[in-house]
Amino acid sequence: MFRRSSTPSIWREMERMQREMNRLFTDYTPARYRSAPSYPAMNLWADEESVIIRAELPGLKPDDLDISIDEGDLTLSGRRSPEEMPKDATYHRQERNYGSFTRSIRLPFKIEADDVEATMKNGVLTLMLPRAEEDKPKKITIKTQ
Amino acid sequence: MTEEAKAMEVQEQERVPEERTERIRDKACYLPQSDIFETEENYHLVLDMPGVEENSIDITLEKNTLTINGYTDVERPEGYSLARAEYNIGDYERSFRLTDQIDRENIEASYENGVLRLSLPKAEEAKARKIKVKTG
Repeated sequence: MFRRSSTPSIWREMERMQREMNRLFTDYTPARYRSAPSYPAMNLWADEESVIIRAELPGLKPDDLDISIDEGDLTLSGRRSPEEMPKDATYHRQERNYGSFTRSIRLPFKIEADDVEATMKNGVLTLMLPRAEEDKPKKITIKTQ
Repeated sequence: MTEEAKAMEVQEQERVPEERTERIRDKACYLPQSDIFETEENYHLVLDMPGVEENSIDITLEKNTLTINGYTDVERPEGYSLARAEYNIGDYERSFRLTDQIDRENIEASYENGVLRLSLPKAEEAKARKIKVKTG
């Protein structure tokens, strides 16, 4: 047997923990504090078996949206049309924006694309994305003889 | 239109300033992004209020102040842990001061796909307010 490093193992252990903590904090800090997200802003919930994504898309109809899934990548694109208004109208204030958008995000695991459920209610899109069967962790039971 | 092709950006959520009064509900309150435009007959207000049910929108007109309140009750998925949060969910509130030129009895409101639209008809006298020059 030989020693790989002269650093006492306790320090190595501390360093490893520190790295782990840093990674945890960057992963779980809300994204708004890290960098401006691209449109639309999303909230994402996950458990072992599925992911739920919500996005506020006021004024969009289901037909205005295009959702595609390629294994673990989700792409959401669409367009918000400008307000239909009479010709003689003049704007006093225009804060709502419109235009087109595309956003792709990497999901934590492969998705069963055929079983994705997308619902639109009061301008909020909810996506229910189940984990692909082949990607689920397998529990191995130990046989006793 | 060239503007149609522009890319959308995430707009900052602006909180309603708390002046003297404090909120009872344990939720943040945001100013809904709004458009206001005017035609010959009407003023129009368009407000983005996603996540609000139609029946939880309150529109009140007191004196000259039109106040719009929207209460969200979006359920968080049970048994899931939040993995990424890019926007906050809260109520909406915004007030507008109207001029006397509005026909208060005929204000109309509709809510669809998270967007509230109000139409405020101009009062008859405001539509045709012409000053006659008297001849002496």
